[in-house]
Amino acid sequence: MSYLTLKNAVPAPIKGVPTHEYKEFKAAIKELLEQECRLSSLFAVPTDSDNRIFAVMTNDKKGEIYVFATKYAKTFESLTPEIPQAHWFEREIAEIHNIKINNHPWLKPIRFMPKSGEKNFPVAGDTDYFKINGEEIHEVGVGPIHAGVIEPGHFRFQCYGEKVLHLEIELGYQHRGIERIFPKTPHNKRIKIIEAAAGDTTIGHTTAYALNIEGLAGAQISANDALVRSIALELERMANHTGDLGAMAGDVGFMPTSSYCGRIRGDILNTTGMICGNRFGRGLVKPGSSGYQIDAELKKKISDKLDLIEADVKSAIELIWQTPSVTARFDETGSVSRENAVAIGLVGVAARAAGIAVDIRMTHPFDAFKELEAVVPVGKKGDVGMRAQVRWHELQNSFKLVRDMLAKLNFEAEKSEVNDDICGKLAPDMISVALTEGWRGEISHAAITDANGNIKTYKITDPSFHNWFGLALALRDQEISDFPLCNKSFNLSYCGHDL
Amino acid sequence: MLKVIKARIHQQNRTYPFPQKMPVMDPRYAGRPIIKADKCQAACQKCVDLCPTQAVSKINGKITIDLGRCLFCRECEVKCPGSAISFTNEFSMGTNSLEALKVSDESYAKLEEMGAELKRLFGRSLKLRQVSAGGCNACEADCNVLTTPTFDMARFGITFVASPRHADGLLVTGPVTQNMKQALIKAYQALPAPAIVIATGACAISGGLFKDNFETNAGIGDLIPVDLYVPGCPPNPWTILDAMLRFMGAHK
Repeated sequence: MSYLTLKNAVPAPIKGVPTHEYKEFKAAIKELLEQECRLSSLFAVPTDSDNRIFAVMTNDKKGEIYVFATKYAKTFESLTPEIPQAHWFEREIAEIHNIKINNHPWLKPIRFMPKSGEKNFPVAGDTDYFKINGEEIHEVGVGPIHAGVIEPGHFRFQCYGEKVLHLEIELGYQHRGIERIFPKTPHNKRIKIIEAAAGDTTIGHTTAYALNIEGLAGAQISANDALVRSIALELERMANHTGDLGAMAGDVGFMPTSSYCGRIRGDILNTTGMICGNRFGRGLVKPGSSGYQIDAELKKKISDKLDLIEADVKSAIELIWQTPSVTARFDETGSVSRENAVAIGLVGVAARAAGIAVDIRMTHPFDAFKELEAVVPVGKKGDVGMRAQVRWHELQNSFKLVRDMLAKLNFEAEKSEVNDDICGKLAPDMISVALTEGWRGEISHAAITDANGNIKTYKITDPSFHNWFGLALALRDQEISDFPLCNKSFNLSYCGHDL
Repeated sequence: MLKVIKARIHQQNRTYPFPQKMPVMDPRYAGRPIIKADKCQAACQKCVDLCPTQAVSKINGKITIDLGRCLFCRECEVKCPGSAISFTNEFSMGTNSLEALKVSDESYAKLEEMGAELKRLFGRSLKLRQVSAGGCNACEADCNVLTTPTFDMARFGITFVASPRHADGLLVTGPVTQNMKQALIKAYQALPAPAIVIATGACAISGGLFKDNFETNAGIGDLIPVDLYVPGCPPNPWTILDAMLRFMGAHK
């Protein structure tokens, strides 16, 4: 089976992407899935001459990315019945490009966008939902506005008493048109839009974008810049894992960990703020460089602060496993089996908790991770307890990684200039796929340039896109009162999904 | 139990004595900008051209930064050949009007407290319903953090509540996506009168990066009346808390 083989963020001519007949295209995806590859992205690229659907598949064992395509017309025969990983992507393709996908088991909008070329919006959330009938069955609808300070989305539960038989998740309320406007957006604004694609994953997404642009422009970044970016990526992971572990404790009513972690999360965000002035790393990653340097004085400040934070984090989070009333609520709650996790293509923390050893930092290393060993904790049961443990192990590993990276900074090295020009000098007719490991999991950005070296298609796949359906599966046969806990154990992005 | 107590002792009391004592912002933090008109070079347009959200304008040689659009990315400051623009460490930036968000020199408008009747009702107890309408979860996170011990906004009587029916006002983030427009208006209509509205972040104030997209509105101002504007992308939590306290008259 032929496909274009790419390395992470190393571009290749777009003409090298083979176009298969539908049957071969489907067979190629199935064959690669059997070899434990994953469907990282599936998207349609309509042009004047032809319309093609691109499959981006990731091989974690070999550190390779495979791209191949097939043509489509106004209709497309669904891959989903045999390839469940395609189900959300096909819904997306049908919605964006107004294609009829035949025999998709549950074809309905994921974002409630206007039909392509139109500007009239459908009513968000107005669609068919699964319904279970029976005398004591009832339905619970939640959102789009939730009770907490959180992004909007709609959840519909089919319940038998307290027990959830099925949860259906409808998103789209956060849709801002990012992918549509991206190719038409000036360079200085593109990086800003990527920063806000999922605002809690600024470093993860901007790093993927920068890697693509650097690859397409043939630009190298200095070792120090790579270190600063990767330090920021780990700080982002640490802040969010700390916040989430605290919030999970809060959702079972254990306030000590909840309250300490809320504060400590802020301390970690402030550490990012010490580097770039912004707690969320805005301005920290730029194509061709890192926007900010860490000098000897700042290194000392960060190291000292990390020591204090690590002691606080340990004291706060270890309470979880010292308190049986907390672990009793975590264990065996919201499980996703390894089999299901593989079938639907889970990524990140949720996949690792279910026993899948995926981590882009290890399998497709980028920036400073090329020279570092990231330890990947892998669980078994795929429940809330495992997701908590995986986060805790990752968090501890991140402290070590940041210290290792701080030690590698070379203060003798010449300061690299921020080179804004590279964005305008991209190689023509190329494709590049950049993968990073954000705190939620794999972030994939695919860029295709036209004959003039302009970005023609930019496809962003946030880890949440793969994982929202995992949350729906985790809720099966659970108490509805455990929904907040299960939700927090995934803590997926609404805007990263809706874009 | 003993371990919980041990952790409690380790974690200490960390609530910052704001507003008696002002927090020290990090040296690299970008707060309220000032413009030195005499340093601006007449023929130069760099700041205007570079701004990703058209926050900077130059009319008749006068530079103005609209904080309602500004992302505080410092591009204009860094690239200005005459060093006419500089971002200070001042985090107090909330305003009562869109006009007051426009900065063209070194002065800035003082935030006025709410009217006497509102102050009688909300001055010591303000219940807010937060609505995210296309926010990227950064503004939301910096609102959430106000409930943690460092900020502990509940000590000023401010809390986030679960329903607009229980609320004295809305705190809105995001440019208002078309898909959230109806939900936002419904939430506003569900507030018992009188009620206040706080627009938090560049998106909610002006639409920010997304103001020209047909998928979004240009902030909340065209949809519901706004009483308090808190600029930033996202605003620092101290900026949000400071603005709310000044508006309540609890901090002058």
